[in-house]
Amino acid sequence: MERIPILKMGEYLLVTIQVDMHDRLAMSLQDDLTSRIVSARAKGVLIDISALEMVDSFIGRMFGDIAAMSRVLDAETVVVGMRPAVAITLVELGLSLPGVRTALNIERGMELLRGLIGARGLDDAGSA
Amino acid sequence: MLVPLSENRPIATPEDVVAVRQAVRQRAVELGFNLVDQTKIVTAASELARNTLQYGGGGTLRIEEVIEGPRRGLRLVFEDNGPGIANVELAMKDGYTTGNGLGLGLSGAKRLSSEFEIQSRPGEGTRVTIVRWR
Repeated sequence: MERIPILKMGEYLLVTIQVDMHDRLAMSLQDDLTSRIVSARAKGVLIDISALEMVDSFIGRMFGDIAAMSRVLDAETVVVGMRPAVAITLVELGLSLPGVRTALNIERGMELLRGLIGARGLDDAGSA
Repeated sequence: MLVPLSENRPIATPEDVVAVRQAVRQRAVELGFNLVDQTKIVTAASELARNTLQYGGGGTLRIEEVIEGPRRGLRLVFEDNGPGIANVELAMKDGYTTGNGLGLGLSGAKRLSSEFEIQSRPGEGTRVTIVRWR
């Protein structure tokens, strides 16, 4: 069966979506990512959507669900590389991706993830 | 009104929804839609094709190029013979869903279109027509 590859890099998981996903494929990515966060003990997930020409309500909801599930599993998710036309359309559709952190590109996304995870480490140390 | 081009597509599987997006994108490019307008009509088509599949039990899409005076546009007609919609007004509301979606399909597709029309009767299926002018 068709799958979106998930790459592990240290404590991060990287996903680059390069195909026009049908709904079942989007659901399997969500399931696979959730399992991999646990099995890889990942602290951060970076999803690159720079190749996506369209994000509709189903795919938008998937990003929200992935972000929520990763948070429950003690990991942070950042979605990067959204095309301007996709962003304009998504907002007009009525979806502003609440709860989903975004960054302009992979570099900024990694910076954001490092900052989020670093800050959480400090909080843990402070409350100990 | 001239209708120079017409194409029919089945909507029976999730893969068909992807094929619909690609077919609509191709027509929009051929008609000279800019990138934002392409993205809007493709996204509207994706929402409506999914509705046809999920709530209508499958159906068809007709893609038509429309010319009205100096205007050119794309008309998409989604048709199914499913259970129909009992309360269209309610179904058009943001956040209303009888499934497990976000309830943005119909209302969102309307916002992304220049013209929007829905005809539905319980037991007789649903037809949604949208036009996006270039």
